[in-house]
Amino acid sequence: MELLRYILRRTVLSAFVVVGVTFLVFVVAQVVPSDPAALYAGPRPTAEQIEKARQELNLDAPLPARFATFATAMASGDFGISYKSRRLIAQDLRAYLPATLELAVFSTGLALLIGIPLGVVAAARQGRWPDRIGSFGSIAAVAMPTFFLAMILQLVFAQWLGVLPLSGRLSREISISAPLPMVTGFNMIDALLAGRLDAFGDAFAHLILPALTLASYPAGVAMRLTRSAMIEILERRHVVAARALGLSEPRILFGHALPNAMGPALTVIGLSFAYALTGAVLVEIIFAWPGLGRYVSEAILAKDFPVIAAVTMVVTICYVVMNLLIDIAQALVDPRVALS
Amino acid sequence: MKKLVQRLGWPGTIALAVVVLFAAAAILAPWIAPYPAQGAGAPNVAAKLQPPSAAYWLGTDHLGRDILSRILYATRVSLTNGVLIVAFSLLIGLPVGLAAGYFGGWIDEALMRGTDVFLAFPALLLAVLMAAALGPGFLNSIIAVAVTWWPWYARLARAEVLVLRGQPYVEAARLAGVSHPRIIVRHILPATGRPLTVQAALDVGPALLTAAALSFLGLGVLPPTADWGQMVDAGRKFFPARWWYSAMPGMTIFLVALAFSVLGDALRDRKGGAARASA
Repeated sequence: MELLRYILRRTVLSAFVVVGVTFLVFVVAQVVPSDPAALYAGPRPTAEQIEKARQELNLDAPLPARFATFATAMASGDFGISYKSRRLIAQDLRAYLPATLELAVFSTGLALLIGIPLGVVAAARQGRWPDRIGSFGSIAAVAMPTFFLAMILQLVFAQWLGVLPLSGRLSREISISAPLPMVTGFNMIDALLAGRLDAFGDAFAHLILPALTLASYPAGVAMRLTRSAMIEILERRHVVAARALGLSEPRILFGHALPNAMGPALTVIGLSFAYALTGAVLVEIIFAWPGLGRYVSEAILAKDFPVIAAVTMVVTICYVVMNLLIDIAQALVDPRVALS
Repeated sequence: MKKLVQRLGWPGTIALAVVVLFAAAAILAPWIAPYPAQGAGAPNVAAKLQPPSAAYWLGTDHLGRDILSRILYATRVSLTNGVLIVAFSLLIGLPVGLAAGYFGGWIDEALMRGTDVFLAFPALLLAVLMAAALGPGFLNSIIAVAVTWWPWYARLARAEVLVLRGQPYVEAARLAGVSHPRIIVRHILPATGRPLTVQAALDVGPALLTAAALSFLGLGVLPPTADWGQMVDAGRKFFPARWWYSAMPGMTIFLVALAFSVLGDALRDRKGGAARASA
């Protein structure tokens, strides 16, 4: 019952936040810029063109009315048209959102896969060099500018070693000569659905470097959280008992201690997903990844406010929903959360 | 010196030294830069894109300017950026948090739900939207980041006030008939100010990372003024063949952010405060 009330309350609060977010985006995208009509009218507009644009954009209506129009449009998934390309933004989003989500999901998985085992090792060797190197690595991961790490990875793995592709989502041999049919928009899944193992491997190879860039910071956090949870658990009785029974060290660490230290994993999933959505703006430019981040960065240069507003809305809603799901999952795993 | 090492540990002390060194470099840039004119932006086309050498320790950029001099001048912009972002954020966040915590009730509810809205955004994205709306430039980019940053201080200040509000000395002041604004300014602010300022000083590192990201996207200062993020972006066209152009400012950002992060860790270890995620 408490649980149900908690879930309900969190959902209502999230809905409220989404309304607030919509309002804020409206203010920043439609009220702050000096003259949206001039931007909408195109390069070097005449006075009449600007006037026409003002009417089309409904800029002369009072602010509350404009917000109402904006909010209803957003709610119905109508993001308007891009100032620059004059294309429907909703259509562009459908193409770019899966690419960004693919990157976010993959980098989150990578962060857990790297961070958790390192945290276990650091806890098992507490105070000794694996622990120290790991701790320093996790601090360094926070301080490393995302865009610079991306460039270093490109330099080492694509340029020097030549083992991974430099940029893009698929090789030209596949994207042009034998394109994948788009079903889900997730290349790896689409490749499997089409039974194309070559395309699957190619999509995977393209994902590694951008995902690794985005995974570095959350992996550092995952390592720290796992380490401190493990240190506490390694002193508990059942672990001592397992030791006394003569079980092997890996079996104690991964079989008996780690499952009890998985609480932080949920936190890291949320954090990592959020970081990937944010970092996508920087990483997608460098890796020429055709997702929301690159879309919005092109819109910035063109002052294409409807596109910037739409992307901000969509990504923020993904972010709010993700946080809600994590909170609910945490309450389900540990009912004490709902009571606090 | 010995006391300092005892308090911060060796990593913390070295980190503090790095921060102080960069602050000094920022102040002294015109006197210590090997080529002050180039640092300020004057082109030197005779020496385009030269690798690091005895004459140009860190190489030159696409206009032949000495990268070391450019970085030294950029340090002024980037450090000021970090400091001002945090200062502006305190300026908004502190009053909001003080009011919410002190008055409680519907004022608290309204202010904190408003704060939640700002926190609901992925920070960099809101900053990008804001910076795009305001247009590029030094002050605008600072405002853009501060808009995403202040809610943290509002929350921190509120939490501090909630503890202080129940203190006997505050109640005594109330009973003595001291007005609310005076209690807040004279009795609560000084006590919340200190822990918050320490936190804020450490946040300069993450703040300048965000500012660097913004200016990497072309939303920071305008050329010929340089900051670190903008230099990395400018060098990207010549990367990896002329790796030093991006790598030198990139390493600088990393070094300074790392110093702040290590310093923060050293202080946190001492006080056992909570860590905080930053984007």
